[in-house]
Formats: sequence, C-alpha cells, structure tokens
Amino acid sequence: MHMHSIIKVSGLTKQFKNLTAVNNLSFTVDKGDVYGFLGQNGAGKSTTIRMLLSLIIPTSGEIELFGMNIKTNRSEILRQVGAVVEKPDVYKYLSAYENVALFAKLSGIKVTHKLIMDQLEMVGLASRATDVVKTFSQGMKQRLGIGIALVHNPQLIILDEPTNGLDPQGIADIRNLIRQLSKEMGKTIVVSSHLLSEIEQVATRLLIIDKGKKLVEGSADELFDPSQTIVELDTIDNQQTLQIITESDWKNALQPQRSSTIILKVDKNSIPSLHRSLVNMGIQVISLQPRHNLEDYFLQITANNQHVQAFTN
Amino acid sequence: MYKLLQIELYKIFKRPRTYISFAAITALIGIIQFGLLRDGESYVAFMMTNVMQSFSFDGKILNGYLVCYILLQLLLVHVPLLIALVAADMISGEANMGTLRLMLTKPISRTQFLLAKFLASAIYTFMLLVWIAFLALFVSMVLFGTDDLVLQKTNYIVQLPVGDVFWRYIGAFVFALLAMLAVASLGFFLSNFAENSIGPIVATMSVIIFFTILSTMSIPLFQKIQPFLFTTHMVNWKEFFDPKVNDENAVIIGSIQHPERIINSAFVLLLHIVGFVGATIFFFKKKDILS
Repeated sequence: MHMHSIIKVSGLTKQFKNLTAVNNLSFTVDKGDVYGFLGQNGAGKSTTIRMLLSLIIPTSGEIELFGMNIKTNRSEILRQVGAVVEKPDVYKYLSAYENVALFAKLSGIKVTHKLIMDQLEMVGLASRATDVVKTFSQGMKQRLGIGIALVHNPQLIILDEPTNGLDPQGIADIRNLIRQLSKEMGKTIVVSSHLLSEIEQVATRLLIIDKGKKLVEGSADELFDPSQTIVELDTIDNQQTLQIITESDWKNALQPQRSSTIILKVDKNSIPSLHRSLVNMGIQVISLQPRHNLEDYFLQITANNQHVQAFTN
Repeated sequence: MYKLLQIELYKIFKRPRTYISFAAITALIGIIQFGLLRDGESYVAFMMTNVMQSFSFDGKILNGYLVCYILLQLLLVHVPLLIALVAADMISGEANMGTLRLMLTKPISRTQFLLAKFLASAIYTFMLLVWIAFLALFVSMVLFGTDDLVLQKTNYIVQLPVGDVFWRYIGAFVFALLAMLAVASLGFFLSNFAENSIGPIVATMSVIIFFTILSTMSIPLFQKIQPFLFTTHMVNWKEFFDPKVNDENAVIIGSIQHPERIINSAFVLLLHIVGFVGATIFFFKKKDILS
C-alpha cells in the first residue's frame, strides 16, 4: 500500500440479484487528493460510495481506509470520515442547529454552542440556525448536509453528487467550498458527479467508471493528451461535410459522432490549417469550436467502451 | 449507547406525532370518565342486572377502581395502534426521510443503533402506560372515590376488598407493559422491511387483529395454536383480579388464583420480545442501505 493512501479498494464487486452494480473495481486515493469519481447515472458511483461507508455490504473485494479494513475497524474509520450521500436528508422537524448538534454528538466529539455556530457560519446558515429544516430550500439543505459532514473535522470527506438540485450559484458555492477544504485545510475529498464540467474544475485525480467497471484512473494531466484538442464543427450541410472530410487528409482526425455536429481530434496548432482546408474544400462553416474538457474526454471513452462491448458481445 | 438512547428519545419527543397518542388517550379516558360521572349508576345497574337481583351491596360499586377496570378493558385493545404508530416507524421512518444512511455513516454499530431505538420505543411505551395509569387509576380514584372492587366474571362474581386492589393494578400495569412491548417489538421488526411508515403500522395492526381473532375463537384447530400466539397472553393482566378464596368463599388477601398463568404468559411475551428484536438485529446487520 502506498504510504499516503487514504483509500485503497481492491477487486470490489457488488451484485444485486442479476445486476452487477460494481464489477471488480480497484483504485486508490492519496492524502490531499480531490478525487473526482465520474460516471453516467447508474454507472455504480453511489453503490461504490455506499460500500466505502459500509452502508452496502460488498459481494467481494476489500476496502481499506486509513490503512484499516472497513469490515473490522468500521467505527474507528468512520470517526475520520464525513459524508453526504446523494440527497442531504436530515430531520426536517428539527432546526439546523439541532441537526448539527445531533450528528456531532453521534460523531463522538464534544459539542459546544460555538462549534455548531461556527459550522453553520461556514456553510452560510448561521442566520437560520433556529429555523426548522422543512422551511429550507434544496440548496440550504445541501449546505446543511455538508456542515453536518464536516462538524467533527474529518480527514476524509466523501460527497456523492453534491451539486444535485442546486442552482448555478449553489454549484459555484460547493465548488469553492471543495477548493477551500482541499487547499486551506488539507482535507482529502472524494467527490462524485455526473456533472463532469464541475469535477474538471476541482479534481486533482480522476476515476471514470461505466457499468460498474473502471475505465480509467489518473491525474487530469495524465488523462488528457495536452497536444490534442477536440474540435466541434458545424456546417450548412454536416452530412455532406462528413463525406468530404472522409475523403480528405483529415479523415484520421474524425471522432465517433454523438450528435449532428462533427467531432475532430487535431493538434492544437493545426486548427488554423484545418479551417483553411475546410474553406478551400468549399465547406460553408457555421462554427469551429475547440473544446478540451473532461466532458469530451469522458464521453469519448465511454463511447469507445460501448463500441468495444458491442464488438466483444 | 446512553448517548444514542438520549438522541433517539430526543427525536421521538420532538415529533408532533408522538403527542397524538397522549392526546388520544387523554380525550378517550376523559370522555368515558365524564360519561360515567353523569350516568354511571345506570350503566353499572345494566351491567350487573343479574347480580343485583341476587345480592345487595353496601357502599359504592361505581368507584375509581371499577372505572379503571372498565377503562383498561377498553383501552388495552386500542393502545397497540398507538404503540405501533411510533415503534413501526422507528426504522422505516428513518429510511423514508433518508436519515438512515446519514445515521449509519456515523461511528456507531448497527446493533447499538437498533438497541437504542428499541429502548427508546420501550420508554415511549412505558410513558404512555404511566399516563394511562395516571388518568385511568389516579384521576378516577379522585373523581369516583375508592371502595371494594366488584367484578362480574363468566360464572361468578369477585369482590376485592378496597385494601387489596391497588397492588393488583400495579401488577396489571407491569404486565400490560410487557404485552405492549411485545407489540412494539413486532412493529419494530416489521419496520425493518419497509421504507415508509404506513406499511409496517398497518401490518402490525393487521397481525394483531388476525392473531386476536385466532386467540378468541373456540375452534379446536385454532385452540391448538393459541398458546403460541402473543395475543392470547396479552389479556392475562386480568388474572391479577382473580384471587383465591377460602372455604367460606371469602377472598384471601394478597392472593392470585392462577399465578402460573401470569408467569407463563409473561414468559411467552418476553420470548416474543427477544425473538422479534433479535430477528430485527439479524436482518438489519445484513441489510444494504439503499434508501
């Protein structure tokens, strides 16, 4: 095991009757990582996270957190973990203050008024401390959930789809909070999402899963080829343009098409040259948009995975 | 464990639903006491028509002790519903709210979590019975006074001297607590298999109604299984009011005619409680929290 590994998962599998939700998954999360856990809906992210937190019992495989096995050292491990699993459901008939105090007590720490108010202050709910949660918006509940997850100052924070149901400001707030927790407080964070552009902005390392299987794991820099850029092309007649490109020198740059727009993968410096060629070939270009983000990468490899499966089935 | 229990009690008594039971009991007992205060003598005369033709009684037949007995006969059939409202919600309610997964991400063992929950529902049950005892016994004693307790059984009548009644009520309430805990443990067990409260509450009541019918019907087939049904034993609090008599048919003070029935029933109820709670822990420890 790596000296600074906080999470080590080996051969993790979860079978629900005929459905294999997680299939032989292995990965490690190092201390200080903001670990982006990516996958489409139903990919197995939440099941994996629930197994990390011992909410779901694995069919097979091993989970170690802080160098300890979750089966044998559950309480000791969970003392150092704060988590929001999917929706941040709390007791709606209790106030924000009462909820934080209740879960802080369960986490085994000494609960003081100052501690609770500081926590509520951090997530911007101090002014609503005495209001019952049923009067809160989804965003406020999400922030309260995070406040509860952090109240015992855990070393590892697990956030499962933390931006679900939030407005753009709420999403930005969560992103900033993750950055703050990582950079200023040195926390290790596992954050899952299907909003890939959000993960891209905060994650230092990534794991992409699909149908319960690991597709790829590594740092953002490792996963992308910095010399290559995805270009999205839209023209007056995309069908005809596709035909022309297939017969040109740019045919190797063509990528699997997932919408009516044409996707090419080219060297960043050759984009002007591509533009000139398209014009010279008589193609009427509406837009030529370089995109180099995780979403493209993610969709590309999940699409490839589907192609591979189609061939192997 | 103590901290967990505190938290569970805090949650129970912060919920408005909890007080519905106390309010319902207060209203029900209040109405019956009011009715008996206004027109109780004719009610007693109607109930004991045959007895009155053969015997004459000195003193007040309609006293606090008799009112309490009438109330217990009526209430102990319906109290299980009020117990089920809380006990059958203990796990399923948390699953429904989504708080179960948050609770179980905290450093507490699943067994401790369940035991704290069951103890909390047991304390709630105890408090509900204390409230019933206060209203049905103590308030009735104040409103109606005390005297000998005269009860009409199937084939005979019992007259318990005024000084020999109070301890029997204490025994009856302790026994009723055991019976209600059996109901609570059934609700708690069923609560494990649902993700909303309505299902286990209705299921608990359905089981009680079904078993009660089986327990009371004198069909030989049913009689064979009756000793194993907890509902058969729930009504045996009445044994406390069946004393031994001497050769002159006078009540032997401080005696119970069939103490073995009480002990046997208490044992069966205890076995059900342990069985249901044990089964809940067994299944819950293996349960995947998917809510």
